[in-house]
Amino acid sequence: MSGQIHEISRSSQAARVAAVLGALILIILVAAPWWAGRADMRLMGELFLYLALASLWNLMAGYAGLVSVGQQAYVGFGGYMLFALTIFGGLHPVFAIAGAGVLGALIAIPVATLIFRLRGAYFAIGTWVIAEVFRLSFAQISALGGGSGSSLPVGIVRSLASSRSGRESLSYWMALGAAVTAITVVYLMLRSRRGLALTAIRDNELAAGSLGIDIWRTKFVVYVAASGLTAMLGALISLQKLRISPDAAFSVNDWTAYVIFIVVIGGIGTIEGPIIGTLIFFALRETLADLGTTYLIVLGVVAIVVMLKAPKGVWGFIVERYDIQLFPLRYRVNLKEHAKR
Amino acid sequence: MDWVNAVVQGTLLGGLYALFAAGLSLIFGVMRLVNIAHGDLIVLGAYLGLTVVMATGLHPLLALVFVVPTMAAIGYVLQRGILNKTLDDDILPPLLVTFGLSVILQNLFLEGYTADPQKMNAGALETASVSVGGLSLGVLPLLTFIIAIVVIAALQFIFYRTPLGRSFRAVSDNQEIAQLMGLNKRHIFGLAMALALAVTAIAGILLGIRTSFDPTAGGARLIYGFEAVIIGGLGNLWGTLVGGVILGVAQTVGAKIDPGWQLLAGHIAFLVVLAIRPNGLFPRVSG
Repeated sequence: MSGQIHEISRSSQAARVAAVLGALILIILVAAPWWAGRADMRLMGELFLYLALASLWNLMAGYAGLVSVGQQAYVGFGGYMLFALTIFGGLHPVFAIAGAGVLGALIAIPVATLIFRLRGAYFAIGTWVIAEVFRLSFAQISALGGGSGSSLPVGIVRSLASSRSGRESLSYWMALGAAVTAITVVYLMLRSRRGLALTAIRDNELAAGSLGIDIWRTKFVVYVAASGLTAMLGALISLQKLRISPDAAFSVNDWTAYVIFIVVIGGIGTIEGPIIGTLIFFALRETLADLGTTYLIVLGVVAIVVMLKAPKGVWGFIVERYDIQLFPLRYRVNLKEHAKR
Repeated sequence: MDWVNAVVQGTLLGGLYALFAAGLSLIFGVMRLVNIAHGDLIVLGAYLGLTVVMATGLHPLLALVFVVPTMAAIGYVLQRGILNKTLDDDILPPLLVTFGLSVILQNLFLEGYTADPQKMNAGALETASVSVGGLSLGVLPLLTFIIAIVVIAALQFIFYRTPLGRSFRAVSDNQEIAQLMGLNKRHIFGLAMALALAVTAIAGILLGIRTSFDPTAGGARLIYGFEAVIIGGLGNLWGTLVGGVILGVAQTVGAKIDPGWQLLAGHIAFLVVLAIRPNGLFPRVSG
């Protein structure tokens, strides 16, 4: 007999192709130290760090409704923790990065209980105040260079790897690992029970709350996890720069404005959005960076136009046209013709 | 006496912060919009003042005659051209659009006025002082504080005693019903932003006379204004003045303890209020 079968699945042809392609690209990227030049590796390392920052910001803003303009607080905090843990704690830099993540998550707990009292847009400015408090506090610590900052001692840099190319490869791999980790964490979190709650909150907070989702707790977990991971990224960033100063480490432009532009242009509230956004951002930067301030004005205009005309970003536009998703999150019902055998 | 002096100077400084905050508070009250570019608009007021002073040789305070209407016009156009399109239940679009605006403004300042700190010269007014009970009070800070009181009283009057204020309160209470009663909310929002930026222009000029400013000075001004609003309590303009004073006093007293603590002490005062009284000291509306 012939009939119709309804099949419910998360996966799709596009997702399977994307997974295979993604794995291939990852292998090629891991091998970059053998095929890419020094400058390219630096650029790609930076790209991966921005991709990770953007994915985490997107998890907070796009899913949990926590629009922060103060994540530079954790970038800077992580950077300073790397310096403190290696210089005063004598830790190996790799352990110091992990330690910075743990400390970042710990400090995010009291911060969250305080600023979660502010709602909506006021929450955003509250996060900025926290970042300012962090910046001013670290500028007071003279052991870490005070307001003018300090450099990572040569001995610690050497402990990473003895040769220069070894260090560059290692820091490239760590950046790649950070991006993969961030995307994986976001993906797994969204596929979990908590992810379902998050998606519900994203779509309608009031309805989600009335269905019994503990909104405060869900947001709290996202905030603390994203902040801890952001602190790890901050530690990695400072390890790449080998220098830290309060103004650069807590820069709102470098660590928040760019990240917001990346997510908005790529598509907020999707995993694919930050990936596309990062690629567009770096393509724009590499072609327009010579224009200096004009480049930033263009970036701001593009972000405003995208927000007004296509609030779901480039990826949202693609999804509307072709209905694909590369990271299988949603369940869908497929209507299948039963094959006659 | 030093401590009394610090408190008095801080109180006067609070007047400036209340002026930073008044526009922010007004906009939030009428249309629930939090304008991230508010600080940069204050700095825009200062740069416009500087341009007028350089072009005409007028005293900076007289430049207000040009800058206030210009800023009000910019406010109306900005609201009707861009910001009205972002107003919806979703808080993300207004936040991100005003954030983009902030970056655009900062870079336009950089392009137009370079990164060098600028200052407006107000001549004898800057150094003039009066002696009150053994304390020496600067005329400019005193004048700023008086202007802050006058501005807030005027806003209070507009809000509660005029037809314009009635329409502000109507769209604030319920946009749909206000529309049904024949109000054009887009126009009302435009007028509210115009009024807010007129106040912002005054704040910007006073800022530019008091201290030097540069293209990136906006962020800190936004934060001070925001802190004053939250300390004072949402929706209460006189509360905002008190919030500004508390912030100013915390800063000057902090600076007295250790110069490095000036800004930090202000932020800590804000966080303490947030921890103890999350709705501010004198809340009127819930956020």
